[in-house]
Amino acid sequence: MKLRVNGLEFSYENKKILDQMDFFVKEGEFVSLLGPSGSGKSTILKILTGVLMPQQGQIMADDRQIYGVTELFAYMPQNDLLFPWKTILENVCLYGYVHGSLEEVRREAKENFSLFGLAGYEDRYPSELSGGMRQRAAFLRTALCRADILLLDEPFGALDVITRGEMQDWLIHMRKRLNKTVILVTHDMDEAIYLSDRILILNESPARITGEIVIEEKQRDRQWLYGQGELRKEIHRRIMGES
Amino acid sequence: MVKKYGKNLMPAAFMGMILVLWEAAVLGFHIPMYVLPSPVQVLRALIEEAGTLAVHGAVTVAEALTGIGISLCLAVILGVVMDCFPFMRRGIYPILVVTQTVPMIVMAPILIIYMGFGIGPKILTVVLMCFFPVAVSFSDGLAQVDEEYVNLVRSYGAGKWMAYRLVKIPASVPALLSGLKVAATYSISGAVVGEWIGAQKGLGYYLLRVKNGYMLDKVFACVAVIIFLSLCMNGLIRLYQYKALPYLRGKLQ
Repeated sequence: MKLRVNGLEFSYENKKILDQMDFFVKEGEFVSLLGPSGSGKSTILKILTGVLMPQQGQIMADDRQIYGVTELFAYMPQNDLLFPWKTILENVCLYGYVHGSLEEVRREAKENFSLFGLAGYEDRYPSELSGGMRQRAAFLRTALCRADILLLDEPFGALDVITRGEMQDWLIHMRKRLNKTVILVTHDMDEAIYLSDRILILNESPARITGEIVIEEKQRDRQWLYGQGELRKEIHRRIMGES
Repeated sequence: MVKKYGKNLMPAAFMGMILVLWEAAVLGFHIPMYVLPSPVQVLRALIEEAGTLAVHGAVTVAEALTGIGISLCLAVILGVVMDCFPFMRRGIYPILVVTQTVPMIVMAPILIIYMGFGIGPKILTVVLMCFFPVAVSFSDGLAQVDEEYVNLVRSYGAGKWMAYRLVKIPASVPALLSGLKVAATYSISGAVVGEWIGAQKGLGYYLLRVKNGYMLDKVFACVAVIIFLSLCMNGLIRLYQYKALPYLRGKLQ
């Protein structure tokens, strides 16, 4: 499913957060929205999920305009937001609880526990898991939604550097398996370079897309990432508004 | 071993010391029983009156449990209504606080005038004492739920009521149980106050009868039963929390 956002504007308490936001995402593409903290990146995802309503602009999915909450998007928030009172299995089946398809989702969840490195933790509570495992559980909850587009809001922002690196490697591996369109919000330049097909660069609030970087490399590893000094400089220049 | 149980042994040791001093004072100063019975006399009365206390205690416990059940239902309904409609919260919350400033010993006779000498006014006394802590804890619990959880389930397609069912109410259960623990402790006292004003059964009625007969050993025995039952009610809620909410076990310790 391809997505197009036209002229999106959003203000909160008389403060403009998004200003004339235009972008598109092709089917199966991994796009990162990269910008400084507080620039309104998360607001874009909240509008796409339907939690916030824009004052202006259109969201088109396959040339069809969409409004409010739809089943097109699965949202993974910044914090894992696992319910402390539910076990990991119950947590990842949230979609089933909401849509009355619990048995089906539960079956699918159980099949995927090993793939997500969570085998044996089905009946544990979130407080018993490490930060990385909690994020993987949150990602499994997102992946189990019947959605075409995954919206990841700084999913590894709360993790330590080592775990974050491991999770990024894991996400590259998972992306091939899941074969879904992904929009990632991040302020981590290396994360955006490592994971994305295309990076959309946002300036400070009110957020506006000021540039785009396409990353052609298909075979990525850490060694490749360390050699991307020029790309980093280029992104930095664009964030700072230099042409 | 000493470290593990020391925390619980310390108050027991102090209590034992107080009882020994109390016994020694009554015996040493020859204090008559109608002024202050000794712990041994109280224990003797407790054993002799065990059957009568059990009969009256059962009535009081039934009133307390019914009252606390009604309080719980009303508090959950009112809590959700106040959370759903902020104007209701602004209007009702201050009134709830004001109701707690009216002494129950004044309210209980008024309830008897309106409702007679049956079980009704006793249950209502319990409700008036227990409703406030449960309603306030639950309402505050609902207000403090992280909005991000609600946004998450809404993004999954959940409506307002489903968000309550999946997120807001379960997230507020620990707060609800905190209020319920306080209310459970009050519930026996609430029933006793209601019975004290006018009843034919219950620990409050028994207490009044033995007090009027200057049988202070039985008065103290009855007070010991009231304390025991109040602690049992509190313990019941703690047991429920331990069994039903395993994710809170670490926090409980």
